Amino acid sequence: MDTLMQYAWLIPLFPLLAFIVIVSFGRQLKEGAAAVGILFTAVSFGLAVLTFWQRFQEGATDYKFSIDWLKVGDIVITMGFEINQLNALMLLIVTLVSLLVQIYSKGYMHGDERFPVFYQYLALFTFSMLGLVIAPNLLQIYIFWELVGVCSFLLVGYYYFKPEAKAAAKKAFIVTRIGDLGLFIGICLLFWWTGSFELSQIFDSIALGKLEPWMITLAAILIFVGAIGKSGQFPLHTWLPDAMEGPTPVSALIHAATMVAAGVYLVAATYPLFIASDAALNVVAYIGGFTAIFAASIGLTQKDIKRVLAYSTVSQLGYMMLALGVAGAAGYVAGTFHLMTHAFFKALLFLGAGSVIHAVHTQNVFEMGGLWKKMPITALTFLIGCLAIAGIFPFAGFWSKEAILGAVYEAHRYDLLFIAILAAFFTAFYMFRLFFLTFAGEARGKHEAHESPGVMTGPLLILALLAIVAGFINTPYAPVFGDWLLSGEVGTIIEDVFGAGEGHAAAWLQIAALGVSILGILLAWLMYGKRAIPSDAIPEAMPWLYQLSYRKYFVDEFYHYVVVVPLGWLGYLLNLFDKYIVDGLVSLIAKITRGIGALHGRAQNGQVQSYGAMVLFGLLLLIVAITLTAQGGGVLGIGQ
Amino acid sequence: MSVSITSYLLVALILFCVGLYGALTKRNAVVVLISIELMLNAVNINLVAFSKYGLYPAVTGHIFSLFTMTVAAAEVAVALAILIALYRNKETVNVDEMDSMKR
Repeated sequence: MDTLMQYAWLIPLFPLLAFIVIVSFGRQLKEGAAAVGILFTAVSFGLAVLTFWQRFQEGATDYKFSIDWLKVGDIVITMGFEINQLNALMLLIVTLVSLLVQIYSKGYMHGDERFPVFYQYLALFTFSMLGLVIAPNLLQIYIFWELVGVCSFLLVGYYYFKPEAKAAAKKAFIVTRIGDLGLFIGICLLFWWTGSFELSQIFDSIALGKLEPWMITLAAILIFVGAIGKSGQFPLHTWLPDAMEGPTPVSALIHAATMVAAGVYLVAATYPLFIASDAALNVVAYIGGFTAIFAASIGLTQKDIKRVLAYSTVSQLGYMMLALGVAGAAGYVAGTFHLMTHAFFKALLFLGAGSVIHAVHTQNVFEMGGLWKKMPITALTFLIGCLAIAGIFPFAGFWSKEAILGAVYEAHRYDLLFIAILAAFFTAFYMFRLFFLTFAGEARGKHEAHESPGVMTGPLLILALLAIVAGFINTPYAPVFGDWLLSGEVGTIIEDVFGAGEGHAAAWLQIAALGVSILGILLAWLMYGKRAIPSDAIPEAMPWLYQLSYRKYFVDEFYHYVVVVPLGWLGYLLNLFDKYIVDGLVSLIAKITRGIGALHGRAQNGQVQSYGAMVLFGLLLLIVAITLTAQGGGVLGIGQ
Repeated sequence: MSVSITSYLLVALILFCVGLYGALTKRNAVVVLISIELMLNAVNINLVAFSKYGLYPAVTGHIFSLFTMTVAAAEVAVALAILIALYRNKETVNVDEMDSMKR
């Protein structure tokens, strides 16, 4: 039954085809470009569903295909694709979210001048992301890794006429490049030590003990640095909230559901490397945990609806890293599971936010309010998304968050457990703060809001459905998803090391997590729904704490003064050096040459007499020179 | 009384230098031509002097100086013709203004 998996390489190819078609005929297609993008992505989605379904069959083996690409001496670099449990899952998520976002964008981007260009970028991104997830070796992963980075850059800077968008695009590109450099060094080191880019061969080398422990730790941490950049983990998280300058569907697709999850995917895909090193796992866990709580506490005070969601994304990605970092089969399953559910409900929240922005033309939550009646579908689906991310039973987020907490608890990492629960409380609070400010109460802005068209609410409804039911594939009572995910090759390696883990929280932990979330929602309701507690009580009582959170812990300012300004000065000095020393030398040479030329030019005055004088002068010089150098009149033979 | 070759050569040198000076500095084209004649005659003196007092005295030098005079006469005729043509065109005999090689 491996027939279908052999054709999995077609899945990324369809969006590429769409990209080529839109590039070639974009001007003629105009808004028909949307149809092309949607159609081709739908085909990909269909194939991905078939592939996924086939993976779910009993006894499906990992399928791997590769051809020789480059031969350098004895080293053969291959190119190909691989379908295992994790890849198939990612294919499904990426094609589904991409399809829904493209349908949604048809409404959201309607009337935009560069409509076909938008779909071009979306198609290119979908291709790159799909190429990334089916890559069987690190080199191929790196190529597509950079491609998604480029697409992210292009899409963040889509409104290039806005200076903020330009700056954000540059920032997104440069900050993620810092992480990419780490990944690149990691890949090079692994190639140096194991002689291969192939993931399976690298895992074999580790299993056979060919690598020293410090090598594994170093390589794993360097790969994680790449993931830090891409997934917006602390300290490279600053680009992700700024990336919200892009169109909202892009935020949903790239900066919530897929590309930023690529970091988590990378760690999961190279997981055997990480579990061979406790130190690397600890780095992943603590950075993830810190990011989760750090970003959540920033999200509490932001005023821009998309920025709240962005910090929430950073925080949730930290959650996934935390789950992967606490190790074990349970952590692996929980992290991947949360990656899937998060993709659904975060895409839903972003698209919902997009629908709101589309209606009220502002992103400031304090200028919204009272949209519940005007936009019932958006409001309802947004509420479902909020409930899911807050981890309320029985929504998807409940099951995945509970799986993470369970994994952390099982690993006896109580410090991280405390952080995770606190982050869950913050998450519930700021999501419902957002919800109440946006949809409840009186309308605070001057806007005539109305429900978005069906092409936009349709995807919202589908994602809302998924946000409700997706969790049920991995309940503690029937961990179908977990068992399935661990049945692949990587899963086997993990179970060899850690043994099969249950990965589900004890009942008291479930209730505690649920209680904390409900507490958060209640507090948000009291402050922003019922307004029993004045919402400016805390800022007034502790203005420094509020400022710390509102100004994002001054990380941007810190980077500005510690990195950007000194580098700016260095660049200024180097520019001066270039301008006055390097250029100065060059122009000095030019001036000398020109001066000599001018001198000679002046000599060419057309006066025969001056020519004659010069000839005479030259002759005299010659005679003097010969007389002086000739010893005993040697040269011309005079006097011999 | 015999005069040494050095005296002849000295006279020739002075004559040549005067001619050279005139050829390079005078504005009037006719004067330049005359100066060139002076230089030619300095050469003639050299030729005759060497043919009389040189290492191998012979009549060749005399013959050569006669030839030189003939050729110089022809040359002056041609040069004067050119000068007149130039004067008709430019209405000047000033050498400074004859710089059409440059323009």
